[in-house]
Amino acid sequence: MPMLAFRLATPRVLVDLRRVSGLDRIHIGEQGVELGAKVRWRDIERDTRLAVAQPLLAEAVRHIAHYQIRNRGTVGGSLAHADPAAELPAIALTCEAHIVAVGPRGEREIPAAEFFLAPLVTALEPDELIVAMRLSAWPKARRFSFKELSRRLGDFALAGAAVFFDLDERGCMRALHVGAFGVADKPVRLLETEAALNGMRPEPAAVAEAIKLGTSGLEMRSDIHADADYRRALLETLLTRAFDEAMQRSPS
Amino acid sequence: MTSITPIINGVAVTVEVPDRVTLADTLRDKLRLTGTHVACEHGVCGACTVIVDGLAVRSCLMLAVQADGAAITTVEGLSKNGKLSALQDAFRRHHALQCGFCTSGILTTMHALLLEEPDAGEHRIREVLSGNLCRCTGYIPIVEAVLEARAAYAQAESGA
Amino acid sequence: MNRPNAYIGSAVDRIEDERLLTGKGTYVGDLNLEHLLHAAILRSPVSHGLIRSIDVSAARALAGVRAVITANEIGDVPIIPIRQHPVPEGERFRQPVIASGKVRYVGEPVAIVVASDPAIAEDALELIVLDIEELPPLADYVTAARNECLLFEEAATNRAATFRARMGDADAAFAQADYTRKERFSVQRHTAFPMETRGLLAEWVDATGHMTLYGVTKVPFFNRRVLAQMLGIEISAVDLIEVDVGGGFGARGEFYPEDFLVPFAARYVNGNVRWIEDRREHLMAMNHAREMYAEMEIACTKEGAVVGIRGRIDIDLGAYARTNGFTTPRNVVQFVSGPYYIPNLAIDAHSFVTSKTPTGTYRGPGRYESSFFCERLLDMAATDLGIDPAAFRLKNLIREEQLPRPLATMMDLDATWQTELDNGAYPIVMQRCLDEFGWQEKIKLQGQLIDGRYHGVAVGNFVEGGAGGRSENASMTIEDDGMVTVAIGSTALGQGLKTVMSQIAADALSLPIERIRLLHGSTTLLTDGVGSFHSRATVMGGSAILLAAEALLDLVRNEVGMRLDVPAANTSFSDGKVEAAGKSFALQDFAGLSVEKTFINTKLTYSYGAHAAYVAVDAATGEVEVLDYVTVEDVGRVINPATLHGQVLGAVVQGLGSTFLEHLQYDENGQLLTGSLADYLLPTATDFPNIRSVSLGLRPCPNNPLGAKGAGEGGLIAVGGVIANAIASALRSLRVQPCDLPLSPPRLWRLIAEARSAEMSR
Repeated sequence: MPMLAFRLATPRVLVDLRRVSGLDRIHIGEQGVELGAKVRWRDIERDTRLAVAQPLLAEAVRHIAHYQIRNRGTVGGSLAHADPAAELPAIALTCEAHIVAVGPRGEREIPAAEFFLAPLVTALEPDELIVAMRLSAWPKARRFSFKELSRRLGDFALAGAAVFFDLDERGCMRALHVGAFGVADKPVRLLETEAALNGMRPEPAAVAEAIKLGTSGLEMRSDIHADADYRRALLETLLTRAFDEAMQRSPS
Repeated sequence: MTSITPIINGVAVTVEVPDRVTLADTLRDKLRLTGTHVACEHGVCGACTVIVDGLAVRSCLMLAVQADGAAITTVEGLSKNGKLSALQDAFRRHHALQCGFCTSGILTTMHALLLEEPDAGEHRIREVLSGNLCRCTGYIPIVEAVLEARAAYAQAESGA
Repeated sequence: MNRPNAYIGSAVDRIEDERLLTGKGTYVGDLNLEHLLHAAILRSPVSHGLIRSIDVSAARALAGVRAVITANEIGDVPIIPIRQHPVPEGERFRQPVIASGKVRYVGEPVAIVVASDPAIAEDALELIVLDIEELPPLADYVTAARNECLLFEEAATNRAATFRARMGDADAAFAQADYTRKERFSVQRHTAFPMETRGLLAEWVDATGHMTLYGVTKVPFFNRRVLAQMLGIEISAVDLIEVDVGGGFGARGEFYPEDFLVPFAARYVNGNVRWIEDRREHLMAMNHAREMYAEMEIACTKEGAVVGIRGRIDIDLGAYARTNGFTTPRNVVQFVSGPYYIPNLAIDAHSFVTSKTPTGTYRGPGRYESSFFCERLLDMAATDLGIDPAAFRLKNLIREEQLPRPLATMMDLDATWQTELDNGAYPIVMQRCLDEFGWQEKIKLQGQLIDGRYHGVAVGNFVEGGAGGRSENASMTIEDDGMVTVAIGSTALGQGLKTVMSQIAADALSLPIERIRLLHGSTTLLTDGVGSFHSRATVMGGSAILLAAEALLDLVRNEVGMRLDVPAANTSFSDGKVEAAGKSFALQDFAGLSVEKTFINTKLTYSYGAHAAYVAVDAATGEVEVLDYVTVEDVGRVINPATLHGQVLGAVVQGLGSTFLEHLQYDENGQLLTGSLADYLLPTATDFPNIRSVSLGLRPCPNNPLGAKGAGEGGLIAVGGVIANAIASALRSLRVQPCDLPLSPPRLWRLIAEARSAEMSR
């Protein structure tokens, strides 16, 4: 809508999905969680089951925009808009979510890693519509943290980080996933960081080194709110704090 | 042009609107409910907030055609029988407004919040209020007023 | 006080509020007239260029369009006069009401469209074909100062004006000083940003040749004179009407290009035309403020007495000298010393035109900036000399017996430019601020790292000028229903004027406040008036009300004397009853009596006070949290403590926005990069929750009958310097010195990183 108000977009047709039924379901099952495209931020915020079933998602959503926007903003809208500084695309990518789209050729599932292509550009075809996002099941003992810094509450993040991992019986990290947003032209996974630390204990020195490894290859965004140097340093700080918090937080 | 029939402050109103016109402009220009103010038209300032089907939303981000059949409360619908509501009265006593331009949107937002969460604490009130810009007050008197008005909402909820 | 109807000093509820709280306020966008047409304005998309052609044929042909007006249709394009602080050299840089031949900033009006519907008017803007030959942009003052490319060829320079302030002999003082330090500072471009954008509704009645313009504020009588002259009609044929106004803060209500274009368009189409500015337009068309760069130097004795400040300030004026474009440059040189006894001063400010939006005043113009420079220098000097920053300030504050004291002399300008600080107990108020703040305890935390954040404190002082603009009018009329209609030339921009003025009037007439009908701001109410700016409304309008009340009561006395044949002096007034010689009258027995009075005052008022801040800095991210902020001020006499408290809190948060968030940024081509509220960052409810303020009526002003001093800006003035000093205090172990605003996380992070690497290489 702001794009229309600024006369930057002048679509011939706009379709409101308000009356399309069945897209606002939150399904929580053994296999994981499915969020319908019309699920709003307030629905996630108020669904106490999600705080257990997908705590990282629940925490990330608290950072999205403001009250009035959370009353209207949806899962499908955020995924399709694909803002590089938005929280949900980052969660989708970090958690290896699948985006379910339907079109004239039927339904298909697109892995988040193949979905976000560039700022505001996705793998969605012009005749396709997002109907849901699927997240796999979350082990109860999983460690996680979500950190972002924005200029004011509700603003897009200058940088943000999402981290989760399981700890094995020896205290080593397994299934480590590290995501970042607001720093590049789309949300990113820090695969080098993950590779360097998977199977390791979260020792501060090793974590610091792995973070550097993961961020060094990133082409950092620079804009009027923050330059690339700052974003790089900020992301490293947020990641460090995210690992700390994930370790300190006792699993539910 | 499309014909829509929202229920505005309890009264069903049928109105013809061009497809490209926002709910905010329709309320103001067609229905002459000029208490809803427009201050940014891009969904940031919160001045145009109205309550649609129980939820505070920015009426500049909603097309009028999307409001067909919806129950809408504007600032004009907050006071009953010419008496200030508890929230409005608290605003007056705490000097929670100066120029008054942002006030309508803040009242509707806080009204929606307290209906749902009459026990909202200062932190939550500030968090929700951060979606409304005010240039005059520094927000402090607004927070004080909302904190005080909570009692009336809690009472209404408990049916006392 | 036990006498009835003593309203001054009490926190009465605002008369304005009931309407505003129920959505019944009437702002200019809420007005509706029959056959209303709507205007939209085409603005220059380039910052500097020659207009080759404007093809409006397709726009004119669009269904619903009534007119497309360019400089061609206007003919002899009027130039907007400078209202405040005009200097001869600055006249060359005044703004025409519409670009003709040349555009000088992105946002400059090029054409105005009138249509049956606002959306159609906007559609028509897209159909206008504008051919502009681009000239080199002058996107910063450094480029402009080189004079390689001129914004105004006929002026032969981009330097619009220079203001110089002097006291004592600064160079001699510096030559002999024990200690000197020189630093560079800058303040970023930002803006007043009232929540209501500008808007105007012009009603032209052809039959009578009368123009009525709604939506004006601040200085309607001045604007009426200007508009009448530009339209070539008698002043009596023009009326300016003030309706509800959604905030001003110095920027709204000046005579802008649209204040001519909209009424001109109404006359051109022979109808009623409304224009409501959109927010993107607002950010590129309304006055910007504050962008300046300074090199300042302080000199002290080794015991910590400041003996001089000297320096040079370069100001980015934007493309034109607008109505109050020179107020900030003048203030910034004259007010550097603030409330401090600094015997030797030499400050120059050069204003340069650049191809950016013109600048004007924003709350505390020039004072916020000069306070930032001065307070930063004071803290650096105190630290270097090993003196507690609070003790250092107490030592250098002007003492009560040293007042009145002139501020630095404005060189080569007449006596009207000179001013003196009136009275006050500066050290007492500062000490009160330290006590409220808990300085003794908090100073112990300075520089400490607590839970990963560095903590710091600072204190600073300010003076706030008020009561500018020489005169104000008020009238009073006794009505048949026992009400007294009070009209004032002061204007209401949301500050609670109606309430405050009603308090003064009710008090002076000893009437219940409900019996005062207060009108303000419109040219239809009085023979003349001035308005609201420079913290003047309460002092000037309020004093005019006192004069009018006295005159009205004199008329009643005379009338009583005639009716009863007793001496007029023996008449008493209380609670709407008039008593003399054992007889009692009701006030309405004198219905029809009416007076208009003018209060004249050439002396400014100076309220003053202190601010203290306690902050925590996250050195890894550059984030700052304001843990406590305390202001204490003396306004001479408090009329309504609640409205005043609101003014101060609002001003502090605006100041914090100026210091941390708000920044109008341009690229090297002079394109505005912060044209939306997603990029122009205003303070929100979660940013600055910890503010306390105390307002005192300690030393009544000797220069007006109310004893009041202008207030409302003081909460903002000291914020930049105090916050920057608190951050420096927190980061003292790293020797970080924030000298450039805003103090955004990226900027602070970089300062910290640089300080750390300097430490390493030491």
